[in-house]
Amino acid sequence: MSENIKKFMFVNTKAPYGTVYALESLEVVLISAAFDQDVSLAFCDDGVFQITDNQKTDGSGMKNFSAAYKALGDYDINKIYIEKESLEERGLTLDNLMKLTYEDEDDDWAEKDSIHLVTRAELADLMDKQDVTISS
Amino acid sequence: MKFTLLINEGPYQHQASDTAYQFAKAALEKGHEIYRVFFYNDGVNNATRLAIPPQDDRNITENWAALAKEHELDMVVCIAAAQRRGMLDADEAGRQGKDANNIHPAFRISGLGQLVEGGIQADRLLTFGD
Repeated sequence: MSENIKKFMFVNTKAPYGTVYALESLEVVLISAAFDQDVSLAFCDDGVFQITDNQKTDGSGMKNFSAAYKALGDYDINKIYIEKESLEERGLTLDNLMKLTYEDEDDDWAEKDSIHLVTRAELADLMDKQDVTISS
Repeated sequence: MKFTLLINEGPYQHQASDTAYQFAKAALEKGHEIYRVFFYNDGVNNATRLAIPPQDDRNITENWAALAKEHELDMVVCIAAAQRRGMLDADEAGRQGKDANNIHPAFRISGLGQLVEGGIQADRLLTFGD
């Protein structure tokens, strides 16, 4: 299989609630972890709201699935790119987002940050390097 | 070239499935290969065998079924997305204790792994949707 590892990027552009795209995108991401591929996630446009901290859905009756993002590190999905301009345009900073971390097995299981803040131009470069991008 | 197509929007409401169908037809005519067509999100509704579009309009499900028959296409409906939306084949209806099924026999139900595997095996994965 090793010659068959591809770079997959899941690009999330929509708010977590209001449509089902965020939830169903996350379901694909979790499945992809089982295929030993090089998986990364990008959050841009309203997609940055998907990983805001302290989400509460009691009033809307929507299923709150935000805790699942915190499990990504356990699935070896630890390349999470946040588009800087999208955060700024929405009055958000990294402090408004969940802490997403992973344990680095090559560094005595040290806890490391999965989140990388990138500019729009840097994200475009990252997208250019992918074999497969799936966006919603 | 070998393509996997991902269709994320339902029929008639959105043109995504029509565009994917036209693409698939054109690609096959040019000698390319369609490795898989995967239906996800509301795209699973493209697999209903019960739709009755007006006679002067296209029948999206039947168009796909005919193309699949001609070219032996592998058309896969995501089981999780399908179950949420009440899309069942006969086997699944039996397993879930439901009294009806609605998936056209040209399509098969399977898991999201088939989408990821489609991305691995194809030269290009193309998404049709918003």
